[in-house]
Amino acid sequence: MGEAIVITSGKGGVGKTTTSANIGTSLALMDKKVCLIDTDIGLRNLDVIMGLENRIIYDIVDVIQGRCKLQQALIKDKRFDYLSLLPAAQTSDKSAVTTEGMKEIVSELKQEYDYIIIDCPAGIEQGFQNAIAGADRAIVVTTPENSSVRDADRIIGLIEKEDMIEPPRLIINRIRNHMMKNGDMLDIDDIVQLLAIDLIGIVADDEEMIKAANKGEPISLSPNFKASISYRNIARRILGETVPLQSLEEEKGFMQKVKAFFKI
Amino acid sequence: MQETKPTITIKGTRDGLILFIDENSSFEEILQDLIKKLDASTPQKEEPVVSVKVKLGHRYLTEEQRHQLKGIIEEKNRFQIEAMESDVIPIKDAKTWLDESQLKVVNQIVRSGQVLETKGDLLLIGDVNPGGRVRASGNIYIMGNLLGIAHAGIEGDQEAFIAASYMKPAQLRIAEYISRAPDYEADGVYMECGIIDPDQNKIVIDSIKTLSKQRKVISAFERRMNNG
Ligand SMILES: Nc1ncnc2c1ncn2[C@@H]1O[C@H](COP(=O)(O)OP(=O)(O)OP(=O)(O)O)[C@@H](O)[C@H]1O
Ligand SMILES: [Mg+2]
Repeated sequence: MGEAIVITSGKGGVGKTTTSANIGTSLALMDKKVCLIDTDIGLRNLDVIMGLENRIIYDIVDVIQGRCKLQQALIKDKRFDYLSLLPAAQTSDKSAVTTEGMKEIVSELKQEYDYIIIDCPAGIEQGFQNAIAGADRAIVVTTPENSSVRDADRIIGLIEKEDMIEPPRLIINRIRNHMMKNGDMLDIDDIVQLLAIDLIGIVADDEEMIKAANKGEPISLSPNFKASISYRNIARRILGETVPLQSLEEEKGFMQKVKAFFKI
Repeated sequence: MQETKPTITIKGTRDGLILFIDENSSFEEILQDLIKKLDASTPQKEEPVVSVKVKLGHRYLTEEQRHQLKGIIEEKNRFQIEAMESDVIPIKDAKTWLDESQLKVVNQIVRSGQVLETKGDLLLIGDVNPGGRVRASGNIYIMGNLLGIAHAGIEGDQEAFIAASYMKPAQLRIAEYISRAPDYEADGVYMECGIIDPDQNKIVIDSIKTLSKQRKVISAFERRMNNG
Protein backbone atom coordinates (compact mmCIF):
# COMPACT_ATOMS: atom_id res chain seq x y z
CA MET A 1 0.00 0.00 0.00
CA GLY A 2 1.35 3.35 -1.02
CA GLU A 3 1.31 6.65 0.75
CA ALA A 4 -0.30 9.90 -0.34
CA ILE A 5 1.53 13.17 0.32
CA VAL A 6 -0.09 16.52 -0.38
CA ILE A 7 2.11 19.52 -1.25
CA THR A 8 0.43 22.68 -0.07
CA SER A 9 1.19 26.28 0.93
CA GLY A 10 -1.78 28.56 1.31
CA LYS A 11 -0.19 31.39 -0.60
CA GLY A 12 0.03 31.09 -4.36
CA GLY A 13 3.18 30.95 -6.45
CA VAL A 14 5.57 29.80 -3.74
CA GLY A 15 6.52 26.61 -5.53
CA LYS A 16 3.98 23.85 -4.83
CA THR A 17 3.85 22.64 -8.41
CA THR A 18 7.61 22.86 -8.86
CA THR A 19 8.07 20.95 -5.60
CA SER A 20 5.54 18.28 -6.57
CA ALA A 21 7.19 17.71 -9.94
CA ASN A 22 10.66 17.48 -8.43
CA ILE A 23 9.82 15.31 -5.46
CA GLY A 24 7.92 13.00 -7.79
CA THR A 25 10.84 12.85 -10.22
CA SER A 26 13.39 12.32 -7.45
CA LEU A 27 11.39 9.46 -5.97
CA ALA A 28 11.09 7.92 -9.43
CA LEU A 29 14.86 8.21 -9.80
CA MET A 30 15.08 6.05 -6.68
CA ASP A 31 12.97 3.40 -8.36
CA LYS A 32 9.79 4.22 -6.55
CA LYS A 33 6.45 3.95 -8.26
CA VAL A 34 5.04 7.46 -8.22
CA CYS A 35 1.79 9.03 -9.34
CA LEU A 36 1.39 12.80 -9.42
CA ILE A 37 -2.07 14.33 -9.10
CA ASP A 38 -2.78 17.90 -10.18
CA THR A 39 -5.76 19.19 -8.21
CA ASP A 40 -5.52 22.78 -9.40
CA ILE A 41 -8.72 22.66 -11.44
CA GLY A 42 -8.90 25.38 -14.05
CA LEU A 43 -5.23 26.33 -13.67
CA ARG A 44 -3.45 23.10 -14.29
CA ASN A 45 0.26 23.30 -14.92
CA LEU A 46 1.93 20.30 -13.40
CA ASP A 47 1.64 18.70 -16.86
CA VAL A 48 3.50 21.63 -18.40
CA ILE A 49 6.34 21.50 -15.91
CA MET A 50 6.60 17.75 -16.48
CA GLY A 51 6.51 18.32 -20.25
CA LEU A 52 3.49 16.05 -20.68
CA GLU A 53 0.86 18.52 -21.76
CA ASN A 54 0.46 17.20 -25.30
CA ARG A 55 -0.38 13.70 -24.08
CA ILE A 56 -3.46 14.61 -22.10
CA ILE A 57 -6.67 12.97 -23.29
CA TYR A 58 -8.73 12.62 -20.13
CA ASP A 59 -8.42 14.41 -16.80
CA ILE A 60 -9.43 14.08 -13.16
CA VAL A 61 -12.91 15.48 -13.74
CA ASP A 62 -13.53 12.90 -16.48
CA VAL A 63 -12.62 10.21 -13.98
CA ILE A 64 -14.87 11.59 -11.25
CA GLN A 65 -17.78 12.05 -13.62
CA GLY A 66 -17.36 8.58 -15.01
CA ARG A 67 -16.39 9.48 -18.56
CA CYS A 68 -13.34 7.27 -18.33
CA LYS A 69 -11.55 4.79 -16.08
CA LEU A 70 -8.82 6.06 -13.78
CA GLN A 71 -6.21 4.03 -15.67
CA GLN A 72 -7.20 5.69 -18.96
CA ALA A 73 -6.63 9.16 -17.56
CA LEU A 74 -3.14 8.46 -16.20
CA ILE A 75 -0.32 9.79 -18.37
CA LYS A 76 2.93 7.90 -18.37
CA ASP A 77 6.08 9.99 -18.03
CA LYS A 78 8.51 10.12 -20.96
CA ARG A 79 11.49 9.19 -18.82
CA PHE A 80 10.27 6.74 -16.20
CA ASP A 81 8.08 3.69 -16.53
CA TYR A 82 6.62 4.14 -13.11
CA LEU A 83 5.97 7.84 -12.98
CA SER A 84 2.44 8.86 -13.91
CA LEU A 85 0.39 12.00 -13.87
CA LEU A 86 -3.31 12.45 -13.33
CA PRO A 87 -3.90 15.90 -14.84
CA ALA A 88 -6.31 18.53 -13.62
CA ALA A 89 -9.17 19.67 -15.81
CA GLN A 90 -9.16 23.03 -17.55
CA THR A 91 -12.86 23.51 -16.85
CA SER A 92 -13.78 26.40 -14.63
CA ASP A 93 -16.37 24.32 -12.81
CA LYS A 94 -14.45 23.76 -9.61
CA SER A 95 -17.29 21.94 -7.90
CA ALA A 96 -16.74 19.01 -10.27
CA VAL A 97 -14.28 17.49 -7.80
CA THR A 98 -15.44 16.44 -4.34
CA THR A 99 -13.56 15.21 -1.29
CA GLU A 100 -15.29 11.84 -1.70
CA GLY A 101 -14.20 11.58 -5.32
CA MET A 102 -10.63 12.45 -4.35
CA LYS A 103 -10.52 9.89 -1.58
CA GLU A 104 -11.64 7.17 -3.97
CA ILE A 105 -9.07 8.06 -6.59
CA VAL A 106 -6.24 8.25 -4.06
CA SER A 107 -7.08 4.98 -2.42
CA GLU A 108 -7.27 3.23 -5.79
CA LEU A 109 -3.87 4.64 -6.77
CA LYS A 110 -2.37 3.55 -3.47
CA GLN A 111 -2.95 -0.05 -4.49
CA GLU A 112 -0.47 0.27 -7.34
CA TYR A 113 1.90 3.12 -6.50
CA ASP A 114 4.37 3.65 -3.65
CA TYR A 115 3.83 7.41 -3.49
CA ILE A 116 0.97 9.60 -4.59
CA ILE A 117 2.09 13.23 -4.72
CA ILE A 118 -0.83 15.65 -4.69
CA ASP A 119 -0.25 19.17 -5.99
CA CYS A 120 -2.62 21.47 -4.14
CA PRO A 121 -4.09 24.72 -5.46
CA ALA A 122 -3.47 27.99 -3.59
CA GLY A 123 -6.02 29.13 -1.04
CA ILE A 124 -8.07 27.38 1.60
CA GLU A 125 -11.27 26.77 -0.32
CA GLN A 126 -12.78 23.63 -1.75
CA GLY A 127 -9.76 22.89 -3.95
CA PHE A 128 -7.56 22.78 -0.85
CA GLN A 129 -10.08 20.62 1.00
CA ASN A 130 -10.15 18.20 -1.93
CA ALA A 131 -6.38 18.04 -2.17
CA ILE A 132 -5.87 17.17 1.48
CA ALA A 133 -8.86 14.84 1.70
CA GLY A 134 -7.09 11.69 0.59
CA ALA A 135 -3.64 12.52 1.91
CA ASP A 136 -1.80 10.61 4.62
CA ARG A 137 0.85 13.26 5.10
CA ALA A 138 1.40 16.87 4.14
CA ILE A 139 4.35 18.97 3.14
CA VAL A 140 3.93 22.71 3.51
CA VAL A 141 5.98 24.94 1.20
CA THR A 142 6.86 28.48 2.16
CA THR A 143 9.27 31.15 0.99
CA PRO A 144 11.23 33.25 3.49
CA GLU A 145 8.71 36.10 3.36
CA ASN A 146 6.30 37.21 6.04
CA SER A 147 3.12 36.81 4.04
CA SER A 148 4.05 33.37 2.83
CA VAL A 149 5.00 32.21 6.33
CA ARG A 150 1.75 33.63 7.69
CA ASP A 151 -0.25 31.61 5.16
CA ALA A 152 1.79 28.51 5.88
CA ASP A 153 0.89 28.93 9.55
CA ARG A 154 -2.78 29.18 8.66
CA ILE A 155 -2.56 26.06 6.52
CA ILE A 156 -0.73 24.10 9.23
CA GLY A 157 -3.52 25.00 11.65
CA LEU A 158 -6.08 23.61 9.22
CA ILE A 159 -4.10 20.47 8.47
CA GLU A 160 -3.60 19.73 12.16
CA LYS A 161 -7.35 19.31 12.43
CA GLU A 162 -7.28 16.63 9.73
CA ASP A 163 -6.76 13.01 10.23
CA MET A 164 -3.13 12.65 9.12
CA ILE A 165 -0.42 10.28 10.23
CA GLU A 166 1.70 13.07 11.66
CA PRO A 167 2.06 16.85 11.65
CA PRO A 168 3.01 18.42 8.33
CA ARG A 169 6.67 18.93 7.35
CA LEU A 170 8.16 22.10 6.03
CA ILE A 171 10.06 23.07 2.89
CA ILE A 172 11.50 26.55 2.67
CA ASN A 173 11.85 27.45 -0.99
CA ARG A 174 13.60 30.21 -2.91
CA ILE A 175 16.23 31.00 -0.33
CA ARG A 176 18.73 33.64 -1.32
CA ASN A 177 21.75 33.18 0.79
CA HIS A 178 23.10 36.70 0.70
CA MET A 179 19.73 38.23 1.55
CA MET A 180 19.32 35.94 4.48
CA LYS A 181 22.80 36.76 5.72
CA ASN A 182 22.08 40.47 5.52
CA GLY A 183 18.89 40.01 7.46
CA ASP A 184 16.81 41.12 4.47
CA MET A 185 15.00 37.81 4.45
CA LEU A 186 13.48 35.87 7.29
CA ASP A 187 15.94 33.57 8.94
CA ILE A 188 15.42 29.82 8.52
CA ASP A 189 15.66 29.27 12.26
CA ASP A 190 13.05 31.93 12.92
CA ILE A 191 10.65 30.40 10.42
CA VAL A 192 11.06 26.93 11.84
CA GLN A 193 10.63 28.22 15.37
CA LEU A 194 7.48 30.11 14.52
CA LEU A 195 5.81 27.35 12.54
CA ALA A 196 6.98 24.72 15.02
CA ILE A 197 7.01 21.83 12.58
CA ASP A 198 9.95 19.78 11.32
CA LEU A 199 11.94 20.99 8.38
CA ILE A 200 12.28 18.43 5.60
CA GLY A 201 14.36 20.55 3.27
CA ILE A 202 15.36 23.91 1.93
CA VAL A 203 15.73 24.91 -1.71
CA ALA A 204 17.76 27.78 -3.07
CA ASP A 205 16.38 30.35 -5.41
CA ASP A 206 17.81 29.21 -8.70
CA GLU A 207 17.40 30.62 -12.20
CA GLU A 208 17.92 27.17 -13.60
CA MET A 209 14.59 26.29 -12.08
CA ILE A 210 12.80 28.65 -14.40
CA LYS A 211 14.71 27.33 -17.41
CA ALA A 212 13.85 23.79 -16.43
CA ALA A 213 10.19 24.65 -16.02
CA ASN A 214 10.13 26.13 -19.51
CA LYS A 215 11.76 23.05 -20.99
CA GLY A 216 9.32 20.76 -19.28
CA GLU A 217 12.14 18.94 -17.55
CA PRO A 218 12.14 18.99 -13.76
CA ILE A 219 15.50 20.23 -12.50
CA SER A 220 16.02 17.14 -10.38
CA LEU A 221 16.77 15.22 -13.59
CA SER A 222 20.08 17.04 -13.93
CA PRO A 223 22.29 16.23 -10.96
CA ASN A 224 24.52 19.28 -11.25
CA PHE A 225 22.38 21.96 -9.75
CA LYS A 226 22.10 22.77 -6.10
CA ALA A 227 18.31 22.76 -6.28
CA SER A 228 18.40 19.33 -7.84
CA ILE A 229 20.41 17.97 -4.94
CA SER A 230 18.00 19.61 -2.53
CA TYR A 231 15.04 17.80 -4.05
CA ARG A 232 16.83 14.50 -4.16
CA ASN A 233 17.69 14.91 -0.51
CA ILE A 234 14.09 15.68 0.31
CA ALA A 235 13.07 12.50 -1.49
CA ARG A 236 15.59 10.51 0.54
CA ARG A 237 14.22 12.01 3.73
CA ILE A 238 10.75 10.99 2.60
CA LEU A 239 12.08 7.47 2.31
CA GLY A 240 13.26 7.69 5.90
CA GLU A 241 16.97 8.28 5.41
CA THR A 242 18.75 10.78 7.60
CA VAL A 243 20.36 13.22 5.22
CA PRO A 244 22.13 16.29 6.55
CA LEU A 245 21.26 19.61 4.97
CA GLN A 246 23.74 20.69 2.31
CA SER A 247 26.21 23.55 2.23
CA LEU A 248 23.85 26.47 1.87
CA GLU A 249 22.27 25.14 4.97
CA GLU A 250 25.23 23.95 6.99
CA GLU A 251 26.47 27.37 7.94
CA LYS A 252 23.43 27.78 10.11
CA GLY A 253 23.91 24.61 12.07
CA PHE A 254 20.32 23.56 12.30
CA MET A 255 20.89 20.10 10.94
CA GLN A 256 19.55 18.63 14.10
CA LYS A 257 16.18 20.08 13.19
CA VAL A 258 15.82 17.81 10.22
CA LYS A 259 14.62 14.62 11.69
CA ALA A 260 14.38 11.31 9.93
CA PHE A 261 11.31 11.94 7.90
CA PHE A 262 8.60 9.48 7.03
CA LYS A 263 10.20 6.59 8.88
CA ILE A 264 8.11 3.51 8.53
CA MET B 1 -47.95 38.51 72.01
CA GLN B 2 -46.25 39.71 68.95
CA GLU B 3 -42.79 40.98 68.70
CA THR B 4 -42.88 43.62 66.05
CA LYS B 5 -39.56 43.64 64.38
CA PRO B 6 -39.47 46.54 61.91
CA THR B 7 -39.43 45.51 58.28
CA ILE B 8 -37.03 48.28 57.44
CA THR B 9 -34.27 49.75 59.54
CA ILE B 10 -32.47 52.87 58.42
CA LYS B 11 -29.03 53.79 59.60
CA GLY B 12 -27.22 56.96 58.81
CA THR B 13 -23.48 56.92 58.15
CA ARG B 14 -20.99 59.44 56.96
CA ASP B 15 -21.28 58.12 53.41
CA GLY B 16 -25.05 58.04 53.32
CA LEU B 17 -27.85 55.79 54.43
CA ILE B 18 -27.94 52.06 54.92
CA LEU B 19 -31.32 50.38 54.56
CA PHE B 20 -31.57 47.03 56.31
CA ILE B 21 -34.48 45.01 54.95
CA ASP B 22 -35.89 42.32 57.21
CA GLU B 23 -35.44 38.84 55.78
CA ASN B 24 -38.72 37.40 57.04
CA SER B 25 -41.29 39.96 55.97
CA SER B 26 -43.07 39.55 52.67
CA PHE B 27 -41.96 41.63 49.76
CA GLU B 28 -45.38 43.32 49.59
CA GLU B 29 -45.11 44.41 53.22
CA ILE B 30 -41.69 45.81 52.60
CA LEU B 31 -42.75 47.89 49.65
CA GLN B 32 -45.68 49.35 51.55
CA ASP B 33 -43.60 50.16 54.62
CA LEU B 34 -40.93 51.66 52.45
CA ILE B 35 -43.38 54.01 50.77
CA LYS B 36 -44.75 55.04 54.18
CA LYS B 37 -41.28 55.63 55.63
CA LEU B 38 -40.13 57.68 52.70
CA ASP B 39 -43.27 59.79 52.67
CA ALA B 40 -43.03 60.42 56.38
CA SER B 41 -39.70 62.12 56.10
CA THR B 42 -40.65 65.29 54.36
CA PRO B 43 -37.70 66.63 52.45
CA GLN B 44 -36.13 69.96 53.17
CA LYS B 45 -35.83 72.21 50.17
CA GLU B 46 -32.61 72.01 48.20
CA GLU B 47 -31.51 68.94 50.08
CA PRO B 48 -28.61 67.15 48.33
CA VAL B 49 -29.14 63.66 46.91
CA VAL B 50 -28.30 61.03 49.51
CA SER B 51 -26.58 57.82 48.58
CA VAL B 52 -28.18 54.62 49.84
CA LYS B 53 -26.92 51.11 50.38
CA VAL B 54 -29.58 48.42 50.57
CA LYS B 55 -28.75 45.32 52.62
CA LEU B 56 -31.01 42.42 51.83
CA GLY B 57 -29.60 39.83 54.23
CA HIS B 58 -30.58 36.32 53.19
CA ARG B 59 -33.25 37.53 50.86
CA TYR B 60 -32.98 36.90 47.16
CA LEU B 61 -34.61 39.41 44.83
CA THR B 62 -35.42 38.76 41.21
CA GLU B 63 -34.32 41.28 38.66
CA GLU B 64 -37.88 42.62 38.53
CA GLN B 65 -38.15 43.00 42.30
CA ARG B 66 -34.86 44.83 42.42
CA HIS B 67 -36.17 47.16 39.79
CA GLN B 68 -39.34 47.82 41.78
CA LEU B 69 -37.41 48.53 44.95
CA LYS B 70 -35.03 50.85 43.17
CA GLY B 71 -37.97 52.65 41.56
CA ILE B 72 -39.54 53.44 44.89
CA ILE B 73 -36.36 54.55 46.60
CA GLU B 74 -35.13 56.74 43.78
CA GLU B 75 -38.58 58.00 42.80
CA LYS B 76 -38.46 61.47 44.27
CA ASN B 77 -34.85 62.03 43.25
CA ARG B 78 -33.83 62.37 46.87
CA PHE B 79 -31.95 59.10 47.09
CA GLN B 80 -29.60 57.27 44.85
CA ILE B 81 -28.87 53.61 45.24
CA GLU B 82 -25.20 52.90 45.50
CA ALA B 83 -25.42 49.14 46.06
CA MET B 84 -27.91 46.41 46.73
CA GLU B 85 -26.28 43.60 48.63
CA SER B 86 -27.61 40.16 49.23
CA ASP B 87 -25.89 37.36 51.11
CA VAL B 88 -27.33 34.75 48.77
CA ILE B 89 -27.04 34.08 45.06
CA PRO B 90 -28.91 31.53 42.95
CA ILE B 91 -27.16 28.31 42.03
CA LYS B 92 -27.27 29.26 38.38
CA ASP B 93 -25.35 32.47 39.02
CA ALA B 94 -22.92 30.66 41.26
CA LYS B 95 -22.20 28.19 38.49
CA THR B 96 -21.59 30.95 36.00
CA TRP B 97 -19.26 32.61 38.48
CA LEU B 98 -17.38 29.41 38.94
CA ASP B 99 -17.15 28.92 35.19
CA GLU B 100 -15.90 32.40 34.73
CA SER B 101 -13.39 32.16 37.47
CA GLN B 102 -11.72 28.94 36.57
CA LEU B 103 -8.23 28.80 35.16
CA LYS B 104 -8.39 27.06 31.82
CA VAL B 105 -5.10 25.48 30.80
CA VAL B 106 -4.59 25.02 27.07
CA ASN B 107 -1.57 23.48 25.42
CA GLN B 108 -1.39 24.42 21.76
CA ILE B 109 -0.04 26.87 19.24
CA VAL B 110 -2.67 29.40 18.27
CA ARG B 111 -1.87 29.76 14.60
CA SER B 112 -2.77 32.43 12.08
CA GLY B 113 -6.53 32.60 11.63
CA GLN B 114 -7.28 30.62 14.78
CA VAL B 115 -9.20 32.01 17.74
CA LEU B 116 -8.97 30.55 21.22
CA GLU B 117 -11.63 31.83 23.61
CA THR B 118 -12.27 30.86 27.22
CA LYS B 119 -14.39 31.86 30.18
CA GLY B 120 -12.34 32.86 33.19
CA ASP B 121 -8.56 33.02 33.18
CA LEU B 122 -6.57 31.44 30.39
CA LEU B 123 -3.19 29.81 30.76
CA LEU B 124 -1.82 29.10 27.32
CA ILE B 125 1.22 26.88 27.09
CA GLY B 126 2.38 27.67 23.58
CA ASP B 127 2.69 30.58 21.20
CA VAL B 128 0.13 32.92 19.73
CA ASN B 129 1.45 33.35 16.20
CA PRO B 130 0.91 36.46 14.08
CA GLY B 131 -2.71 36.45 12.96
CA GLY B 132 -3.78 34.25 15.88
CA ARG B 133 -6.08 35.45 18.68
CA VAL B 134 -6.68 34.56 22.29
CA ARG B 135 -9.67 35.86 24.22
CA ALA B 136 -10.69 35.37 27.85
CA SER B 137 -13.18 36.95 30.21
CA GLY B 138 -10.45 37.00 32.88
CA ASN B 139 -6.68 37.24 32.74
CA ILE B 140 -4.47 35.76 30.05
CA TYR B 141 -1.17 34.12 30.91
CA ILE B 142 0.97 32.96 28.01
CA MET B 143 3.91 30.67 28.52
CA GLY B 144 5.27 31.30 25.08
CA ASN B 145 5.46 34.05 22.50
CA LEU B 146 2.57 36.43 22.09
CA LEU B 147 2.81 37.66 18.49
CA GLY B 148 -0.85 37.91 17.58
CA ILE B 149 -3.74 39.54 19.42
CA ALA B 150 -4.69 38.97 23.06
CA HIS B 151 -7.93 40.27 24.54
CA ALA B 152 -8.43 39.93 28.30
CA GLY B 153 -11.59 40.90 30.17
CA ILE B 154 -13.75 40.48 27.08
CA GLU B 155 -16.88 40.94 29.16
CA GLY B 156 -15.69 44.28 30.45
CA ASP B 157 -13.38 43.48 33.37
CA GLN B 158 -10.91 46.36 33.39
CA GLU B 159 -8.86 44.75 36.12
CA ALA B 160 -7.93 41.90 33.82
CA PHE B 161 -4.39 41.73 32.47
CA ILE B 162 -2.23 39.91 29.94
CA ALA B 163 1.11 38.40 30.88
CA ALA B 164 3.51 36.59 28.55
CA SER B 165 6.99 35.10 28.61
CA TYR B 166 7.67 37.07 25.45
CA MET B 167 5.42 39.64 23.89
CA LYS B 168 5.49 41.38 20.59
CA PRO B 169 1.79 41.52 19.97
CA ALA B 170 -0.03 43.05 17.04
CA GLN B 171 -2.60 44.30 19.56
CA LEU B 172 -3.38 44.07 23.24
CA ARG B 173 -6.99 44.51 24.28
CA ILE B 174 -8.36 44.73 27.80
CA ALA B 175 -12.10 45.21 28.28
CA GLU B 176 -12.88 47.94 25.72
CA TYR B 177 -9.33 49.32 25.59
CA ILE B 178 -7.15 48.63 22.58
CA SER B 179 -3.46 49.27 22.05
CA ARG B 180 -1.55 48.32 18.98
CA ALA B 181 2.06 47.69 18.07
CA PRO B 182 4.06 50.70 16.92
CA ASP B 183 4.46 51.16 13.17
CA TYR B 184 8.22 50.95 13.36
CA GLU B 185 10.04 47.66 13.84
CA ALA B 186 10.41 47.23 17.58
CA ASP B 187 11.87 44.44 19.64
CA GLY B 188 9.60 42.39 21.83
CA VAL B 189 9.83 42.25 25.60
CA TYR B 190 10.36 39.35 27.99
CA MET B 191 8.28 38.63 31.08
CA GLU B 192 6.04 41.64 30.80
CA CYS B 193 2.37 42.26 31.24
CA GLY B 194 -0.25 44.54 29.75
CA ILE B 195 -2.53 46.25 32.20
CA ILE B 196 -4.91 49.22 32.19
CA ASP B 197 -3.35 52.21 33.89
CA PRO B 198 -6.28 54.29 35.19
CA ASP B 199 -4.14 57.43 35.46
CA GLN B 200 -3.16 57.39 31.83
CA ASN B 201 -6.47 55.81 30.86
CA LYS B 202 -4.81 53.35 28.53
CA ILE B 203 -3.09 50.00 28.36
CA VAL B 204 0.51 50.08 29.50
CA ILE B 205 3.17 47.39 29.38
CA ASP B 206 5.14 46.81 32.50
CA SER B 207 7.36 44.21 34.12
CA ILE B 208 5.52 41.24 35.58
CA LYS B 209 7.12 42.11 38.92
CA THR B 210 4.97 45.19 39.29
CA LEU B 211 1.79 43.11 39.09
CA SER B 212 1.88 42.17 42.75
CA LYS B 213 1.50 45.84 43.63
CA GLN B 214 -1.16 46.71 41.11
CA ARG B 215 -3.32 43.60 41.15
CA LYS B 216 -3.47 42.24 44.67
CA VAL B 217 -6.28 39.88 43.85
CA ILE B 218 -5.25 37.86 40.87
CA SER B 219 -7.82 35.12 41.02
CA ALA B 220 -10.86 35.90 38.92
CA PHE B 221 -13.15 34.33 41.51
CA GLU B 222 -12.04 36.59 44.32
CA ARG B 223 -12.36 39.52 41.99
CA ARG B 224 -15.96 38.54 41.34
CA MET B 225 -16.67 38.12 45.02
CA ASN B 226 -15.28 41.55 45.74
CA ASN B 227 -16.87 43.38 42.86
CA GLY B 228 -20.15 41.47 42.70
N1 LIG C 1 13.55 27.61 -5.96
C1 LIG C 1 13.12 28.35 -7.01
N2 LIG C 1 13.98 29.16 -7.67
C2 LIG C 1 13.56 29.91 -8.71
N3 LIG C 1 12.31 29.93 -9.16
C3 LIG C 1 11.41 29.16 -8.54
C4 LIG C 1 11.76 28.33 -7.44
N4 LIG C 1 10.64 27.68 -7.02
C5 LIG C 1 9.65 28.09 -7.84
N5 LIG C 1 10.09 28.97 -8.76
C6 LIG C 1 9.30 29.64 -9.79
O1 LIG C 1 8.20 30.30 -9.16
C7 LIG C 1 7.07 30.24 -9.99
C8 LIG C 1 5.91 29.64 -9.22
O2 LIG C 1 6.18 28.28 -8.93
P1 LIG C 1 5.05 27.20 -8.87
O3 LIG C 1 4.19 27.24 -10.08
O4 LIG C 1 5.69 25.90 -8.56
O5 LIG C 1 4.26 27.71 -7.63
P2 LIG C 1 2.83 27.22 -7.09
O6 LIG C 1 2.89 27.33 -5.62
O7 LIG C 1 2.50 25.90 -7.67
O8 LIG C 1 1.88 28.33 -7.72
P3 LIG C 1 0.27 28.30 -7.75
O9 LIG C 1 -0.16 28.72 -6.38
O10 LIG C 1 -0.06 29.30 -8.80
O11 LIG C 1 -0.13 26.91 -8.08
C9 LIG C 1 7.46 29.44 -11.20
O12 LIG C 1 7.76 30.31 -12.25
C10 LIG C 1 8.69 28.68 -10.76
O13 LIG C 1 9.54 28.40 -11.82
MG1 LIG D 1 0.71 25.28 -8.77
